[in-house]
Amino acid sequence: MSEPASLLYSEVEEELRSAVRGLLADKCPPSAVLARAEAASGGDVPYDMDLWKTLARDIGVAGLLVPESLGGAGASAREAAVVMEELGRAVAPVPFLSSAVLATRALLGAGEEAGDLLERLASGETTAALAVSFAASPYVPLYLSLRPAVTLGRDGTLTGRVTGVVGAEVADVLVVPAVDESAQEGGEPVLCVVEAAHARVKGVGSLDLTRPIATVSFAGAPARRAGTSAGVRDALLLAAGLLASEQLGVAEWCLTTTVSYVKERKQFARPVGSFQAIKHRLADLWLELVGARAAARNAAALLGAGADAGVAVAVAQAYCGTAAVHAAEECVQLHGGIGMTWEHPAHLYLKRAKADEIALGTPGDHREALTWLADLPAPES
Amino acid sequence: MALDAAAVGERVQAFLAEHDPARMDRLDFLRARFDAGLAWVHFPEGLGGLGASRDLQAVVERGLRHTPDNAPGRIGIGLGMAAPTILAFGTEEQRKRFLRPLWTGEEVWCQLFSEPGAGSDLATLATRAVREGDEWVVDGQKVWTSSAHHARWAILVARTDPDVPKHRGLTYFVCDMEAPGVEVRPLRQITGEAEFNEVFLTGVRLPDALRLGEVGDGWRVAQTTLMNERVAIGGAPMRRTMIGIVSDTWRSRPELRTHSLHQRLLKLWVDAEVMRLTAVRLREQLAAGHPGPEGSAAKLAFARLHQELSGLEVEMLREDGLAYDDWTFRRPETVDFMGREAGYRYLRAKGNSIEGGTSEILRNIIAERVLGLPAEPRADKDVAWKDLPR
Repeated sequence: MSEPASLLYSEVEEELRSAVRGLLADKCPPSAVLARAEAASGGDVPYDMDLWKTLARDIGVAGLLVPESLGGAGASAREAAVVMEELGRAVAPVPFLSSAVLATRALLGAGEEAGDLLERLASGETTAALAVSFAASPYVPLYLSLRPAVTLGRDGTLTGRVTGVVGAEVADVLVVPAVDESAQEGGEPVLCVVEAAHARVKGVGSLDLTRPIATVSFAGAPARRAGTSAGVRDALLLAAGLLASEQLGVAEWCLTTTVSYVKERKQFARPVGSFQAIKHRLADLWLELVGARAAARNAAALLGAGADAGVAVAVAQAYCGTAAVHAAEECVQLHGGIGMTWEHPAHLYLKRAKADEIALGTPGDHREALTWLADLPAPES
Repeated sequence: MALDAAAVGERVQAFLAEHDPARMDRLDFLRARFDAGLAWVHFPEGLGGLGASRDLQAVVERGLRHTPDNAPGRIGIGLGMAAPTILAFGTEEQRKRFLRPLWTGEEVWCQLFSEPGAGSDLATLATRAVREGDEWVVDGQKVWTSSAHHARWAILVARTDPDVPKHRGLTYFVCDMEAPGVEVRPLRQITGEAEFNEVFLTGVRLPDALRLGEVGDGWRVAQTTLMNERVAIGGAPMRRTMIGIVSDTWRSRPELRTHSLHQRLLKLWVDAEVMRLTAVRLREQLAAGHPGPEGSAAKLAFARLHQELSGLEVEMLREDGLAYDDWTFRRPETVDFMGREAGYRYLRAKGNSIEGGTSEILRNIIAERVLGLPAEPRADKDVAWKDLPR
C-alpha cells in the first residue's frame, strides 16, 4: 500500500492552525467555555456565534471545503482536519462540523440547485445544519436511518421529526434528507432546504454541554428541493474522518494538561508525576496519541486526495474515538479530586470525548466495517 | 560539497562498469564495494562511505540490487551497534582496522554488555578490567550475547574504577573473542533454541590499543551503541508481517472463526495498521530532517502488538495451537519469526518487551525525556559503585 499524500503538516496547514489557535486562545479560554457550559446546563444554547463569525469570515473556515467557483477556499479535508484539531483542543462551541462539514458536504453532492446556498455558507453569512442524527453511522443506508421518516409531501412541505441533531439551534437553514411522497416506493430520499424559522428545534438535555443535540420537527414546513441526497453518505464519511482529528485535539489537551498537573501536584513530598505508576500510564497515553495522529492524518490525506478513504476512515475512527475517551478519563483520574469538580474544565473534554465516541459510528461500528473493507470475514453463524 | 542522488548513482554505475559480480569472488566484490565508498554512503570517505546524506543509501541499494550482499542479518550487531560506535569514538587506526572486515562480514561482532546482575540497570555491571602496563586484564560474566559463538570481536563495557559512582567508573573496549580466557556457552531460551550465549571472561588480556574512548567514559560511549540498538529493533523492515500471517490464516480457515476472536482480530488489525502508519509518518519526519521522539514509541508498540497477535494466533488455532514445531536445541544465526509456527512466534515474542530495553524502561524514558516528568529519586546516584547494596 502506498500513501498518496504526506502524513505531516504542510506549511499552509501550520499557518492555518496558528491563526485558529491564536484566535481561540484569545476568545475561547477554558473559563469562557465553562461559563457557556454552565448556561447550557440550564437549557441555554452554548454556541459562541461571535467567535464563529470571526472564524468563519475572517479566517475563512466556513468555506474551506467549498470550491473557489462557489466563493469558497477550495481547500481539502487536510486543512479542515487541522481546524478540527484546534477546535477539539479548545472544545470550542462553534458549528464548524455541523455547518461547514456535514451540511456543506451534503449540499455539494446534491446538484447545481444548491449553488447559491453554498455561496452563502462559504462566506459565513449563513449557517446550516444537516437534519440527520449525530449518532448515524456512515455504514447504515440512509433510508434505514431515516425511519420514522421525514416526508416531502406532494404540496412541497415537510413533515416529520429528526432526533439527535447537532448545530440546529444556531442554524439559519436546515438541510433535510426526506422521503419524496411523489416518487416511487423505495426511491433515494431527496435533499430539501428549510428555513429554520419554519421548523421547531427543541434542545435536549445533552451529555456534551459544548455540542448539544436537539430534536428537529417539521409540520407542513415549506421546503425547497436542493437535489439528491447522494451526498449525505459522503458527508457522514467525511465528517467521521475529520472527527478523528477533533478527537486527536481533545486527547492532546487532556495529555498536556495532565502532564503539567502531575509535575506540580505534590503528595508524599514528591511530585506525583515522579511515581512510575503515573509515568507509565502517561507514557502509554502518549504512545496512543502518536498512533492517533498518524491515523487521523492518514484519513485526512486520503479524503483530501479524493482517494478511496474507506479503510483509512474506519481505522482512524476505531482508534481515535477510543484514544480520546481514554485520554479524557486519564485526565479526570490523574487530576484526583479536582478532576471531579465542575470548576475544572476536564469534564468538558470527557463529555465531548464520550459523545464523539458515539458520533458518526462507534469505534465498534468502524471496526466491524473492516470485516468487508479489509476482508476479515465474520463467522458464518 | 555533499553528493546528490545523481552523483551517487553515477558512482554506482562506474563501480559496476569496473566490477562484474559474475566474474568476481564474492568477498573481493564486497571489499571493492567498501573501498569505492558504496558500503554506507553516510560514512566518511576511506571508511566505506562518501560522506553523503544517509538517505542516499537507497540509491546504492537499488543500483546494486542484484549483486552479492554482506548477509546483513548475520552481522546485525556489527552493522547496527559496533560500527556507529567505532565511527564515533574509535581512533583512526581502529576505524581502519575494524570497519572494512566488519562490513564485508569477514569478521562477525557481538556485544558484551548485559550481565546476570545488570540488566535494566546496566550501569551497575561488575565485570572488572584492571590495568597492567599496556594491557587490561578482564574478569567477569556476560549474558544474552547473540552471535558470540561466531564472533571474532566484541564490544565490551567493563568497570575500571569501582571507587566512583556507577556511571563514572566504566570503560569501553573492543574484546578479542579469540583471546585466552574467553569461554562461550549457549543459553537455551523458552523457545527451545539458543540464539544467545553466556560469555565467561577469565583473566582475558586486552591491549590498551583496543580501548574505545577515554578511560572512565564508557557509559557515554555505550549510549551511542544502545541508541542504535533501539532503532534497529523498532525499525527493522519485515518482509511478512505478523498481522499478515494471522489474517491469512483467518481467511483460509473459516472453521476457526468465532465472534469473540473476530472482534479481537479486528481490533488488532486496526492496531497493526496504526503502527504501520506511525512508521510511515516517522520515516517522513526523518526524511524531512525532523526526527521526532516518536522513534522511541516504535519498539514499545511493536512489542505489544506482536505479543497480542501471537497470543491470538495460538488460541485461534485450537488443536493446532497445542502442537509445537521443533524443540531442538538449535543455534540459529538470525531470528526468523515468520519461518516457524505459531507456538514459536508466541514464545519468541515474549522477548520483544525485554531485549534492547524493557518496555518498562522505555516508558520511563518516554515519561522523562519526552513528557518531561520528574525522575525517580535515585538512591545510587552519588554512592561509589563498590558501596552499593547488592
